[in-house]
Amino acid sequence: MATMTMAKALNAALADAMLDDERVLVFGEDVGQLGGVFRITDGLQARFGDKRCFDTPLAEAGIVGFAVGLAMSGLRPVVEMQFDAFAYPAFEQIASHVAKLRNRTRGALSVPMVIRVPYAGGIGGVEHHCDSSEAYYAHTPGLKVVTPATVEDAYSLLREAIADPDPVVFLEPKKLYFASGEAALPARTAPFGRAVVRRPGTDATLVAYGPAVPVALEAAEAAREDGWDLEVVDVRTIVPFDDATVTASVRRTGRCVVITEAQGFAGVGAEIAARVQERCFHALHAPVLRVAGLDIPYPAPMLEHTHLPGVDRVLDTVARLQWDDRPDPRWLVQGSAA
Amino acid sequence: MTTTPQAVRRASPRTRRPATPVAPEPTAGLLPQTEPVRLLDPDGTPLPPRADLPEPPVETLREMYRRMVVGRRFDAQSTALTKQGRLAVYPSSRGQEACQVGAVLALRDDDWVFPTYRESMALTARGIDPVEVLTLLRGDWHCGYDPTVVRTAPQCTPLATQCVHAAGLAYGESYQGRDTVALAFIGDGATSEGDFHEGLNFAAVFKAPVVYFVQNNKYAISVPLSRQTAAPSLAYKGVGYGVPSEQVDGNDPVAVLAVLTRAVAHARAGHGPYLVEAHTYRMEAHTNADDATRYRDPDEVEAWRGRDPVARLEAYLRSRGELDDAAVAQIAAEAEEYAAELRERMHAQPTVDPLSLFEHVYAEPTPQLVEQREMVRAELAADAEGDA
Repeated sequence: MATMTMAKALNAALADAMLDDERVLVFGEDVGQLGGVFRITDGLQARFGDKRCFDTPLAEAGIVGFAVGLAMSGLRPVVEMQFDAFAYPAFEQIASHVAKLRNRTRGALSVPMVIRVPYAGGIGGVEHHCDSSEAYYAHTPGLKVVTPATVEDAYSLLREAIADPDPVVFLEPKKLYFASGEAALPARTAPFGRAVVRRPGTDATLVAYGPAVPVALEAAEAAREDGWDLEVVDVRTIVPFDDATVTASVRRTGRCVVITEAQGFAGVGAEIAARVQERCFHALHAPVLRVAGLDIPYPAPMLEHTHLPGVDRVLDTVARLQWDDRPDPRWLVQGSAA
Repeated sequence: MTTTPQAVRRASPRTRRPATPVAPEPTAGLLPQTEPVRLLDPDGTPLPPRADLPEPPVETLREMYRRMVVGRRFDAQSTALTKQGRLAVYPSSRGQEACQVGAVLALRDDDWVFPTYRESMALTARGIDPVEVLTLLRGDWHCGYDPTVVRTAPQCTPLATQCVHAAGLAYGESYQGRDTVALAFIGDGATSEGDFHEGLNFAAVFKAPVVYFVQNNKYAISVPLSRQTAAPSLAYKGVGYGVPSEQVDGNDPVAVLAVLTRAVAHARAGHGPYLVEAHTYRMEAHTNADDATRYRDPDEVEAWRGRDPVARLEAYLRSRGELDDAAVAQIAAEAEEYAAELRERMHAQPTVDPLSLFEHVYAEPTPQLVEQREMVRAELAADAEGDA
């Protein structure tokens, strides 16, 4: 075991994948000499040469479209979108080609590739640098959507993404890049499609992924003072989603809060809440609640702490899980309370 | 061109400076000729050959004529199939036969083609089964052929997106030591899309062996070229990316084949991409569902009828003694046979399997797709029971 940052683990995963498979090409904006604005590709060009790791023109649709062609020729592109919101120009390529080529050609042509996207906020970034864009990708059949919350998962999930036969949108929580954790590389953690219980508990389940996982763990720790023993499930792969692990947890605890940093309306958290409620209805002692970012454009840095789901908002929500027989006052219509 | 006094002075030997090395214009070799290249007059009379262009062998031109005649018949048959309800829609390329067939003949079988939805004729001319070409438009699946076998990407509907794929594939092939060329078709309207420009730029920066072939058929559905660009012509869009470009009379089969052959050779030799604009005309409406009389002057259509590429090549080959009445009749009969067989095959109702919807979304279906497949399977079983 060694202590390292998530950024370092991601860098090691790229290097090891390039070492193992000479078809792997890493490219994007500033990923060569500079090593990426977050240094995730640091040293790759020096080590593997500028044919394996290279800078491209500054054009995201071009980068992803170019990767489609490279994948058609049998190579394994791993591209970097510099920031979440800068990936939007590539969305047509992702939604219309990357996600669909296998299906359109009845499996004759697949374009395995990894689209790495630093995403979400909490780093004091100015506008267009902090979007939680996972719902756009998760709503697009044909893509796998993965987001690590731990250092070991960062390494293992990225290695699996590069080896996967399908295209993977790999969402890297920016605020966790430089958080340290224990890891023994080359780590191999649970595979795609498996959620993991990060903290066992008996009273309620907190479901989270990516940047919301540390928040959930912190909230669970703090909840002990209130006498609640909370379980934390890390989704890890939004697509494919692990209904089994989430369902099993909620059936044990009988209560569920879904935490996402993304705005809540029509988001991945809404999908998870619906799935839990569909599968666990008779085991639930309270409605499934969500804690999410506000339904606003990502705020300016000095206001982001109000937007982001924090420990207090999580605990306030846990408190509303109908621990006694009184109805949640938020759902009572004025004057019609029974 | 009018001759200015300055031009006369510059050209005068008396005022010419002693020979000092002059750096070539940075645009040298990038700009197209000011007039589209033409090697045959509209009536098929050959114009003087040009030293800068390869001369297409006459046997290739005979084959081109054959494929153009068969292609035109295929195109008419496909339009007819929409009227019989066998195709959901068909975008015709009648009038663009020289471009459709010329592009295919300029390539090797192992080169890659990136077509749009208007390239059905080019794909059948490439030898792809016409039923597989029409699968998209019949509606029993999206892409009917195996792109890896016929080295042809699925017919691309999102405009210009294929331009970047072609750059990536061509670069990937050369990266792996293969001398494959990619040819991307695109229409005049789609040159306004960003991906056209990103494709040219990526191909140029990475020196990818791609030929971008713009069929300027003058209309993007109803919108005329004047609303797409203020450039002198679309071929001028190459210079900004450092891509050599040429414009050609797209209804002159000999010129189209010569210019594309040169472009493909340029790409294959490792000199990077090449942009060709062919001036042609879409004789039919955008699709069978469109009404071109709402936006086109019938006189304009009539004028283009006089520049028919098939008639032009036929006249030329006859004048060279390479084609006679018997050969023309034989090719026409072959085209009829081709259409009849297509008609017959397309009248067979295709079988579709609802359970196949769950295949090929991912390499392995997700647990959610497995659940949904079981739901549909149960629905089908219940329906079958109800029918019994």
